[in-house]
Amino acid sequence: MIQLEQVTKTYPKASRPSLDNVSVAIEKGEFVFFIGPSGSGKSTIIKMLLHEVAPSKGRIVVNGKDVTSMRSWKRPAFRRSIGCVFQDFRLLPNRTAYENVAFALEVIGKTKAVARRVVPEVLELVGLGGKEHRYPQELSGGEQQRVAVARAFVNRPLILLADEPTGNLDPDTSIEIMRLLDRINRTGTTVVMVTHDSNIVNQMRRRVIEIESGRIVRDQARGVYG
Amino acid sequence: MRLKYVLSEVMVGLWRNVTMTIAMIITMAVSLTMLGASGLIYVKVAEMKELYFENIEVSIFLETEVTEEQKTAVQAKLDADPLIESVTYVNKEEAHEIFEELFRDSPDLLSAIGPEALPESYRLTLVNPQEYEAIGEQYAEIEGVDQVVDKSAVLDKIFNLFSAGQKIALVAAVAMAAAALLLVANTIQVAAYSKRREVAVMKLVGASNWFIQAPFVLEAVVAGLIGSLLGLGALAGLKVFLFDGALSALQGLFAPVTWGEVLLAFPLMAAVGGLISAITAWVTLHFYLRV
Repeated sequence: MIQLEQVTKTYPKASRPSLDNVSVAIEKGEFVFFIGPSGSGKSTIIKMLLHEVAPSKGRIVVNGKDVTSMRSWKRPAFRRSIGCVFQDFRLLPNRTAYENVAFALEVIGKTKAVARRVVPEVLELVGLGGKEHRYPQELSGGEQQRVAVARAFVNRPLILLADEPTGNLDPDTSIEIMRLLDRINRTGTTVVMVTHDSNIVNQMRRRVIEIESGRIVRDQARGVYG
Repeated sequence: MRLKYVLSEVMVGLWRNVTMTIAMIITMAVSLTMLGASGLIYVKVAEMKELYFENIEVSIFLETEVTEEQKTAVQAKLDADPLIESVTYVNKEEAHEIFEELFRDSPDLLSAIGPEALPESYRLTLVNPQEYEAIGEQYAEIEGVDQVVDKSAVLDKIFNLFSAGQKIALVAAVAMAAAALLLVANTIQVAAYSKRREVAVMKLVGASNWFIQAPFVLEAVVAGLIGSLLGLGALAGLKVFLFDGALSALQGLFAPVTWGEVLLAFPLMAAVGGLISAITAWVTLHFYLRV
């Protein structure tokens, strides 16, 4: 599903590479944590998988598509197969929960009728039934992240990327979000999550890939934070 | 739905930054008015040149001491010349009649100059009036010919004046267009900034580039088109108040400016206004949004 082959990324003006000869293969339906200290290069991986940053060396294949050689005009279509969740939720403040999710559908050309059918369903799935018409500032942090997850999942992507999704949430809320991601993973969606929340990693017992100074130092099938 | 979305985004965008929108539209309108005026003057000058030079007459004035042989030679050459359609000979008495007619308000001058003082001449109409210069070159050096006169020098002065006016209008149009261009770029940047969250989400979920850009580009195009409509209004105003009003005394001299011609300037203005806006917006977005 996701392959990184000897990927190196050196940002201009950086003295050492952010990623140094990293090779990883992630199968369909896996749930993978990338862990490591700040600046270790975890987020660079997410950016590369989104075709936002190109590797300096090596090859990246996502969903059978070579991202390395992908032209930028193909990026929009490519992104439709990938859901994305961030630490800062990235919701539109002047739109309700429903409208935020519907917006993601409408801007890729889905009709309002499709949105009316699909959006309540997915909001129900993330546990926000009854709060469709609240604005982000009327929702708690956990609820906002649920809206973001709903938005990422509404297109039924093959891959869900999560960049520190619990970074702004308290431990209990974090666990709830993890349950949600776990449920999404069980529908067959590959989940890749970048985090340094040791609690969560230890509880989930999923594959853990640890990165330090741009190199993989550990890749463990049912790992803990360490 | 997508069309409705795009159009409502355009209206919201124009209204959000309404002072800037107005500045943009006014600059655009002035620039396009200048452009339209320049185009109209250009067409008119070409038309009038044709009109005047079509009817240009060349006169060959003979020296006062011209001999009969010389006259016969000139006459023969004129009769044989394929460039010349017809020749009228004007003798001293006829020249004096014309002279009396021209200077009937100056009796002193009339009494001082008798028919003897005036030169005989040939008035020529040409097959192709554009070739007046060739006639001048051919006949000026012949024995007995004093000078070859046509009205081209005077006409050229008048037309140079018009052309200068047209060029000034064009330069003003370009200068204002540059200002309009910067305003469009600025407006689009402000619009893109105020919608940065939406744009970020759109890029994230894979909205197509045209869908992200369309509202911004159309916003600029709509402003450009409104500008060209105002420009059309200004041109109409110029026709009514300046040309048909203040300058109406000169109407006989100029080819008239018709409503059809004013309206014909509109497609030019609208196309230039719309296109410049669209391209500027698109280029600005390309750098600003990196889409």
